[in-house]
Amino acid sequence: MPLPIHIFILVSVIKSLIILIVLLTAVAYTVWLERKVVGHMQNRWGPTRVGPFGLLQPAADGLKFFFKEDLTPPHVYKPLFIAAPMMAVIFALTSISVIPFGNGFTFGPITLPHYFPLIHFELPFHWGGSVIGPYSIPFQITDVNIGLLIILGVTSLGVYGVALAGWSSNNKYSLLGGLRSSAQMVSYEIALGLSLVGILIQSGSFSLREIVDAQGGHFLGFLPRWNIFHGQFIGFFIYLMAAYAETNRIPFDLPEAETELVAGYHTEYSSMKFAMFFMAEYANMITVACLATLLFFGGWHGPLFGPPLLQTVLPIFWFAVKIFCFLFLYIWVRGTLPRFRYDQLMSFGWKFLLPLAIANLVATAIAVAW
Amino acid sequence: MTLILFLAFGAVCVAGAVNLLAQRHPINSALSLIAVMAALAGEYLLLGAEFVAAVQVIVYAGAIMVLFVFVIMLLNAGEEELTKGSRVAILLGVPGVITGGLLTSWVVLRHSGTEAVPAGALPGPPAEIAQLLFHDFLLPFEVTSVLILIAILGAVVLASKPDEAERRFD
Repeated sequence: MPLPIHIFILVSVIKSLIILIVLLTAVAYTVWLERKVVGHMQNRWGPTRVGPFGLLQPAADGLKFFFKEDLTPPHVYKPLFIAAPMMAVIFALTSISVIPFGNGFTFGPITLPHYFPLIHFELPFHWGGSVIGPYSIPFQITDVNIGLLIILGVTSLGVYGVALAGWSSNNKYSLLGGLRSSAQMVSYEIALGLSLVGILIQSGSFSLREIVDAQGGHFLGFLPRWNIFHGQFIGFFIYLMAAYAETNRIPFDLPEAETELVAGYHTEYSSMKFAMFFMAEYANMITVACLATLLFFGGWHGPLFGPPLLQTVLPIFWFAVKIFCFLFLYIWVRGTLPRFRYDQLMSFGWKFLLPLAIANLVATAIAVAW
Repeated sequence: MTLILFLAFGAVCVAGAVNLLAQRHPINSALSLIAVMAALAGEYLLLGAEFVAAVQVIVYAGAIMVLFVFVIMLLNAGEEELTKGSRVAILLGVPGVITGGLLTSWVVLRHSGTEAVPAGALPGPPAEIAQLLFHDFLLPFEVTSVLILIAILGAVVLASKPDEAERRFD
């Protein structure tokens, strides 16, 4: 039974709020995790002072960002200087809206108590006692049949935040950072897109939910039927490399290479404007991790057991565990690898990843057609 | 609801296009063009062509306009000055465009024999578009791709300096 329009809007608003809060908390704690893990890798403790294990450090950081002076240098191009961090954070948060987190749940049919007024769309006012439902509510803000394309579109718009920040700062380091970032993101977007086409051929759908559903079950009774075990290992490798480049993370963090460019595109930003770039970077990391989990690692599929309530919650748990592994990998790589040189970056993207992605695409197409 | 959204996207589109012409600074013009592209994607969505809408955002707003912005940033193009010629162009062009637009819309309104496309009538799902592209119009599609390939090769040949092939970084 489809939801009546007012309940649909209510449910959507609630879902958006929950996902926004969870995402922002996850962003804050990814920063904490990064500081902690990199600290331990470098034989330090990381944050320990604020709260147990430094767990309240993100809150302290947030407060500090709020109370810092918001400097706007006199030589910047002001409208874009202010708009750029907003663009970065808006595009970073938008792409989460089409990501499914689990199967969802069904409630109802419910008989409403008599004191409960229900405003129906067609009937002006409708007192309780009536039966509503059953309604099924997916764990996803919006289920569109081109979800993957929407994510690609929104991430391809994300480059404007960085590029315009670099340009509007009117500073040579910022401009170089912005130029590097737009060149890098345009180059690696192609490899990223092509690495996903193999998955699309295998599952025959752009809908993230259907792609995940196609990965249920096992090979030979024990190996999960995830796409990475289903011939897409090379595709996953390409996706991983391109995703690191798209999120401007080490070893592809040339847009903000601190040894050459001070801080790259956000050199002139302070206070909350800088915090917005920071949030956008970590939100992008989480989106990329979500997408990798959905496309290559079977999404929320995992062992299910226990009572019905546990069976509803477990898929979300498996999803979160897989995302955590990806974020840990990100941090691990950051603690391990040095930065590429710019010409190495370009030749790696165009001369290695792109041909490999095309070869992977052709091989997948032949295998599926066979 | 569809009509309201159509009018809203259309207004954004027209405002972006006018702003594109009115702005003196190239980067503002480029950003207005992005707004126009995004609003067009919204119009496609309203017609039910969600694949075309997504491709519009990915290709035009996401890739081509990034290159525009990139070039503007790289050349560090500044504000355009008003010259005598451009003043004349404004004086003659603005009334000219308005009369032309009014005339065209008058003619279209008077003599329109075709029905408007109803919402959701265009081929929306990717499978239908794939059927059209790779089955019904396979030859034109492939010929277009060869044409684009030739254009890419031409661009590479024009852009490369003859002596640059020898001195590489490695």
